[in-house]
Amino acid sequence: MSDRPILEVTDLSVEFFVDGEWIAAAEGVNYTVGRGEVLAIVGESGSGKTQTSMSLLGLLPSNGRATGSAKLDGKELIGLTGAPMRRVRGKEIAVIFQEPMTALNPVYTIGFQIVETLRSHFDLTPKAAKARAIELLTMVEIPDPERRFDSFPHQLSGGQRQRAMIAQALACEPKLLVADEPTTALDVTVQAEILKLMRDLRSRIDCGIILITHDMGVVADMADRMIVMKDGKVVERGDTVEVFEHPQDAYTQRLLAAVPYFGNPRTDFEMPSVDYSAAPVVQATDLVLKYPRRGKQPEFTAVEGISFHISPGEVLGLVGESGSGKTTVGRSLVGLQPVASGSLLVGGIEMRGAHARKLRPLREKVGFVFQDPGSSLNPRLPIGESIGEPMYLHRKLRGKALSDRVEELLDSVQLARSFRNRYPHELSGGQRQRVGIARALALEPELLVADEPTSALDVSVQERVLALFHELQQSRGFACLFISHDLGVVEQLTQRIAVMHKGRIVEIGPRDEVAHDPKDDYTKRLVSAVPVPNPTEQRLRREERDRLIEQSRLAAGHRP
Amino acid sequence: MTHDLHSVERSGEHLEGPIENAIELKEVMGLSQGQIVRKRFLHHKGAIGGVLVLIAVVLLAFSSVGFRILGVDVPGWWRWNVTDLPQIVDDGDPSSAFGVIPWGIHPFGQDDVGHDVFALVMKGTQTSIMVMVVVGLVAMVIGIVVGAVSGYYRGWADQALMRLTDLFLTFPVIVVGAVLGKKFNHAAPWMLAAVLGAILWMTLARLVRGEFLALREREFVDAARISGAGPTRIIFKHILPNAMGVIIVQTTLLMSSAVLLETALSFLGFGINPPQVSLGWLVSNYQSAFSSRPWLFWWPGLVIVILALCINFIGDGLRDAFDPRQKKVPSAKAMAKADTKAAATSTSLFQRISGRGGAKRGSSR
Repeated sequence: MSDRPILEVTDLSVEFFVDGEWIAAAEGVNYTVGRGEVLAIVGESGSGKTQTSMSLLGLLPSNGRATGSAKLDGKELIGLTGAPMRRVRGKEIAVIFQEPMTALNPVYTIGFQIVETLRSHFDLTPKAAKARAIELLTMVEIPDPERRFDSFPHQLSGGQRQRAMIAQALACEPKLLVADEPTTALDVTVQAEILKLMRDLRSRIDCGIILITHDMGVVADMADRMIVMKDGKVVERGDTVEVFEHPQDAYTQRLLAAVPYFGNPRTDFEMPSVDYSAAPVVQATDLVLKYPRRGKQPEFTAVEGISFHISPGEVLGLVGESGSGKTTVGRSLVGLQPVASGSLLVGGIEMRGAHARKLRPLREKVGFVFQDPGSSLNPRLPIGESIGEPMYLHRKLRGKALSDRVEELLDSVQLARSFRNRYPHELSGGQRQRVGIARALALEPELLVADEPTSALDVSVQERVLALFHELQQSRGFACLFISHDLGVVEQLTQRIAVMHKGRIVEIGPRDEVAHDPKDDYTKRLVSAVPVPNPTEQRLRREERDRLIEQSRLAAGHRP
Repeated sequence: MTHDLHSVERSGEHLEGPIENAIELKEVMGLSQGQIVRKRFLHHKGAIGGVLVLIAVVLLAFSSVGFRILGVDVPGWWRWNVTDLPQIVDDGDPSSAFGVIPWGIHPFGQDDVGHDVFALVMKGTQTSIMVMVVVGLVAMVIGIVVGAVSGYYRGWADQALMRLTDLFLTFPVIVVGAVLGKKFNHAAPWMLAAVLGAILWMTLARLVRGEFLALREREFVDAARISGAGPTRIIFKHILPNAMGVIIVQTTLLMSSAVLLETALSFLGFGINPPQVSLGWLVSNYQSAFSSRPWLFWWPGLVIVILALCINFIGDGLRDAFDPRQKKVPSAKAMAKADTKAAATSTSLFQRISGRGGAKRGSSR
């Protein structure tokens, strides 16, 4: 690390003009980033972590403004506009965005986009630019870079897209790289690979990196130093290991405690034992689920013959990466996805070939909590009406009886009764998800299907929602299929875990067995990819994972 | 009540902690979706101007020469009627006050036989407004039904209805209007309007279908389905209110083009004919007098432009109001004003905000 920092931010404030007044999004932020150093800015949504970094590039929305000072190698960035700012963007400061699919332009090849960045900053011939672009693609370890140069973003996998974006960001050898939640949209195994790449690159390209994230596991894995932001203010700063081991601020302590710590039984909820001799609530045998042919798209088999059961009062965790078919399984349990073959018994009703009339009794037995509480509530209905709808339709409750019951449900998910008349857009994410849970529980179901209920929430909100969920499950005793990509969350509150991969269940068993002593190769890889919020332990896990991958590569090499 | 207040604070502060989307929430606090749209609409200067002018035109047209409703004649306050043939004054030139403001006995002038042009134009405006409303309603109803059915049910219903829509789209509206107009030539104007509505619903149907296709995949529709709601309830209670923005906007634009279409048809002689009066007919009837008596031509033309403009402005304002991504960029003046205000109160802005409502703070996205 050099003596003089690349970036010096002093007293940086960001404000937004809302409804006739200036509201501060960040206030008096100070930090420095050195050469070859990774600084993590950690905070929950609304903490101002993204806005402070975007203000460095002059990328605030039109109703925002930044004050204070940010010096890049002695050059002031705040207040820079027009051509001078454009020369900084891409060349001196580059950004890696969260979602590579939307950050790359879908109508141009990735090669074109990298060449564009290069040629707008350097005087290069098209040929030289192409050679440099291929060099960059090789550097970010995209297989077959000459061919990938002419690929469109949609032809690449999520991990490869993120690699292409990193290549574009590194095109002009920036002094500073801003990575805004670079792995949030990726699966854990892909995330582990991207983090590995970024770690390798850091030593090679010698630039400072600002890593904006809410994921403590990623911070533990990557960062040298970190600052913690809350409500626009820096509440804690320091060396990563130091902060993780001895957090000083109360907020940091709470935040660290709220992070699901995979493989640490301290954070798990006590789960009662289940009577497996009772008739199961869900019994799936050789279940096959297909998406029918649509236009030119061929029929797609999402789930290929899986068998499992859920006993009364049991919470079964279903984990898998995107595209593994876990959500499709969840949807089939409530009749949103027809069963193609095999058998699926839910509450004694055979779902195969079931019609709307036959499904009617099922509606009272199964509740569903959706992933995104923002889109699962009708924006035109007050939430009381959304919660009351199942009771209105099934129990024929009207007027006073209905509103009493709605209030009861709001109480049980710890929301104020006056929320009944509010609209979804007036609620925060955590509040909306409570409403989603209240609606799912309205008919006192025997089975609750929860499809990634907390993946759209902040850690501290997630912790509270999970605690509420656990409490409700204990007091009401419903069986539950808990779908998630986050092993840390699933480990917290399930009795058994099923791991799905490419439409099949590769492993199913008691949670401790699956989480700590996985038998299947895929499960092993999945488990080893989960970053834990502890820098020292994470380093050990990382080395373990590298060995595992090396091993399987060697094994594959020996086979003919 | 006290209990309620207490529990709001409880759930807002301690259980939930800081609210993450606080800045966005500040703008919408305590408002329903409809109220937000209304607020945004009322802040749209062009649209409000359009509404006011349109109301003025409607009031003037209907009160001045009177109208006939359910067989009852409501008299107007204007001294002449459409059929009156007063003596030609001042060679038919418009009378005016101070030489510029149309005022006096024949503010819009007289034609060559003595008809008062003001009375004629007002009557024609009534017809145009009526045509506009009827076309809008008919096209809206057909468009919603066709679009909703094909968007919600998809499959063969969608195929059949969309091919029908394609078929209708291939008809040149002006020719079909001319043929049908000829047939309904001497019927009441609303018959012609209904016929026009029946051949103008296609764009709306396609838009509604698109909205339904998108909305039916949203999770809240799945949620309603799981709750046990049937297709009728899902269509009317859950999807249609969410598609209303598109429908209203498209209908207003359709209405303004209906005014122009009716004018064009009448101008060509296929639309509304005497004894009915329409603006298009007035323009066509007096086109030969363009050089000698231009006012006969100007006034109906001006009203057509005003009507179409007003409706377009209103449609524009509605579109902005319904678009949630539309963020109004504050003017530099308003920002500066807020600054001086903040300085005047001499408390730190941040303290003021956090002191007042708990957690109204920044958002990172």
